Amino acid sequence: MADLSSSIREEAKKLLKKGEADVIIGFEKGSLPLCATPCFIRNEADVEKLIWNEFCGNNLSRYLIKAKGKVGIIAKGCDTRAIVELIKEKQVQREQIVIIGVPCEGMVDRKQIMMRCQGNKITNVEDRDERLLITGDLLNVAVKKDECLYPGCQVCTNRNPVMYDVLIGSTSEEQQTDEFTDVTNFDGKSSEERWEYITHEISKCIRCYACRNACPLCYCKECFVDTTQPQWVGKTTGQTDTLLFHIMRSIHLAGRCVECGACERACPVTVDIRKLNRKMSADVKKLFDYKTGLDIDQPAPLSTFKPDDSEEFMLDI
Amino acid sequence: MDYKTIKKSEITEFLDNLIKEYEIAAPIEKDDIVVFDKIKSSNGVILEYSNSVKSPKKFVIPQFETLISYNTNEDTTNVKEHLDEQKQFILFGARPCDARSFLFLDKVFSDEKNRDIYYKNRRDVVLIISLGCTQPQETCFCTTTGGGPFSSEGSDLLLVDIGDDYIIQVITDKGAELVKKLGLKNAQKDELAEMDRVIKKSEAKIEPDLELNNLKDKLDNSFDGSDWETLTEKCLSCGVCTYLCPTCHCFDIVDEEKNRKGERIRIWDSCQFPHFTMQASGFNPRPTYKERYRQRIMHKFSYCIDNYNMVGCVGCGRCISECPVNLDIRQVLTSLYYSMLSGRT
Ligand code: SF4
Ligand code: SF4
Ligand code: SF4
Ligand code: SF4
Repeated sequence: MADLSSSIREEAKKLLKKGEADVIIGFEKGSLPLCATPCFIRNEADVEKLIWNEFCGNNLSRYLIKAKGKVGIIAKGCDTRAIVELIKEKQVQREQIVIIGVPCEGMVDRKQIMMRCQGNKITNVEDRDERLLITGDLLNVAVKKDECLYPGCQVCTNRNPVMYDVLIGSTSEEQQTDEFTDVTNFDGKSSEERWEYITHEISKCIRCYACRNACPLCYCKECFVDTTQPQWVGKTTGQTDTLLFHIMRSIHLAGRCVECGACERACPVTVDIRKLNRKMSADVKKLFDYKTGLDIDQPAPLSTFKPDDSEEFMLDI
Repeated sequence: MDYKTIKKSEITEFLDNLIKEYEIAAPIEKDDIVVFDKIKSSNGVILEYSNSVKSPKKFVIPQFETLISYNTNEDTTNVKEHLDEQKQFILFGARPCDARSFLFLDKVFSDEKNRDIYYKNRRDVVLIISLGCTQPQETCFCTTTGGGPFSSEGSDLLLVDIGDDYIIQVITDKGAELVKKLGLKNAQKDELAEMDRVIKKSEAKIEPDLELNNLKDKLDNSFDGSDWETLTEKCLSCGVCTYLCPTCHCFDIVDEEKNRKGERIRIWDSCQFPHFTMQASGFNPRPTYKERYRQRIMHKFSYCIDNYNMVGCVGCGRCISECPVNLDIRQVLTSLYYSMLSGRT
C-alpha cells in the first residue's frame, strides 16, 4: 500500500491552519499490533499522529453526528457511502464537513491474522507491500494481506470515495459489479437450512449492541430495542428476543445500509450480521433498482413514493 | 503446599474420568473463537490458547436467569422460586486472572454483607482447576491489578505446563480432596525446579506493571476533570467491554407476563448503555459516553476498593483486545494518572 499518511497529515494541517476545519477525524496508531484507532485532531502539532494503513477499518462517519463545528474526515469508499446517506437523511450538513477521500484496497482483519498466530504473542510487524511479516517469540509468518481482508472488503465494489473535497493518492479500478450471488445462493437453500443457519448465528449474540453502535446509519436517539415504555423487544439472549432485534434492525436498515461492514467488524463473537443485511440490499436493488450510498441526488427508496413503485410485497386479501 | 504431576498425554483420560462424576466446562473452539463451554468428553478441549473471548463468569452469573415464576387467578397466586439443585461443577483450564475474578464476584454477591442466594447456589458447587500462563499476551496486565500469570488466588488447583507434564499445585482443601480421590503422583524435585524455571521465564515475558501509585486517590480527585471527555471521544458506548469482562456484574431485573402468568428474570446490564441510569422522570444522570465510561473506570479502580477492598479488574485484557475502537483501558489509566500528576485536570 502506497504510504498516504504524509499526504493526509499535510492536508489535515492545511485545513486546521486555514480554519476550514475545527477537528479532523482520522486514524492514529493503535495500542496493539495490527491495529489502528480513531482519533480526533484539533491542533496542527498533533497532525503527526495521523496514519493510514490496512488496519483503518472503523467507519469514521459514525462520529459525524455528535461532532461539533466544522469537521474534516478521512474517508475511504464505505465511509463516503455512509456520508452520502447521512446527508440525504439530513443528519449531517454537507457544508459542515470536509471530506478527505482515500481510495481503499480493502482492510485487513486483525483477528484472522491472530488466529493464524495461534495465541503466540506478536512482537513485530513488518509491512512488505502485499505481505505482512509477523514475528514473535515462537512466531515467524508471512501473511498475504488480500487473503485476510474482511468479508465485506473482499467483495466491495466501491472502494474509491464516491464523494470528496480532497482526494489523497489516486483512485484505482473497481472490482466487478455486485451480482448478489451470495444472496442467490443462500436463497436457494431450503427454508429449514436457512432457519438453522440464521438461528445458529443469532445464538452466538450477546446483545452487546456493538454492531448497532458502530453502524453509521444506526443513529436513532432511542433505539427500538432499548425502549422500555413500551418495551417492544425482550431483553434476554433467548432466540426470540435476539432474533427479533436482528430482524428489526435489518429491516430498519433496508435501503439505508451501505454495506460498510462496520457492524460485523465490531462484533466480538463472529455473528454473521451481513447475511440479513445483504438480503435487504438485494431486495432493494430488485424492487427499486437502488444501490445505497452512491448518488446524493437519488432519493432513498423507502422514504419516497412513486406511483409505479414495486408492490410485490403487498398482500392480496 | 502439595505438588502433584500428571503427564500431558493423560489429560484426556483425566478429564473423561471427571466427566463421569462432575459437570465440566473447558476451553473449546466454537465458531472460530475460544469459549468455555460444558463438555461431554475431552474431545476438542484446547489447552494451548491465550484466553477465551467470553469470560467464564456466565457459569455463576448467566446472561439471563429466571428467579421466580408465578401465576395468578381470581383468588390464588402461586409463586415458584427457581433455585434448582446444581451438580458438582469443575471449571477446567481457566486462566489465573479469571480464577481471581471469582474471588471478586464472591465479594459482590456472597460475603458477610451481601448474600445472593441464586449466585451462591451456583457458586457453591464450583471447583476451579486453572492453567498458569506460559504465553502472556500483549493485552495482559494482571500483575498491575494484583495477580500474576501463576497467581493461585481463586483457584482450587493450578496447573503449570513444564513440557511433557503438568505440575498440579494443590491450593485449597477442596482441591486436595479431589487430588486425593484421583490418586495423582507427587512431583519430584527436578520437576519442581523446572516449574520454578517456567514460572520465572513467563513472569519475565509479561509487560511491565503500569505505574499507578495511589491511583485511587488521584481518580477520586479527578471526577470533574476535563480529560474524561477527550479520552472517551472514540468510545461507542457498546457493551463489549462490560459483557466480556470477568468482573463486571451489573444486572437488570424484568418481569415478563402474559395471561397472568409470568417470570421474573435477571439479565446482564451494562453501565455503558444509556438506559442503565435512565430515571422514571426521563432524567439521565449519565447522559453521554463520558459519564458512562468514567463510571466504569471509577467503579473498578475506586469504588470497588471502598466496598470490597479489591480492585474490580483482574487485568485479563479482554476489553482491550475486543474493543471495536481500541480504547485501551491501560492507556486511559496511564493518561489520567499522568495528567493528574501534572495537575492538568
Ligand atoms: S448495517 Fe453494518 S454494513 Fe450496513 S451501514 Fe450499518 S454498519 Fe455498515
Ligand atoms: S455486535 Fe455481535 S454480539 Fe454484539 S449485539 Fe451485535 S451481533 Fe450481537
Ligand atoms: S470502551 Fe470500547 S468496548 Fe467499551 S463501550 Fe467503549 S467502544 Fe465499547
Ligand atoms: S476491565 Fe478489562 S482487563 Fe479488567 S478484568 Fe475487565 S475485561 Fe479484563
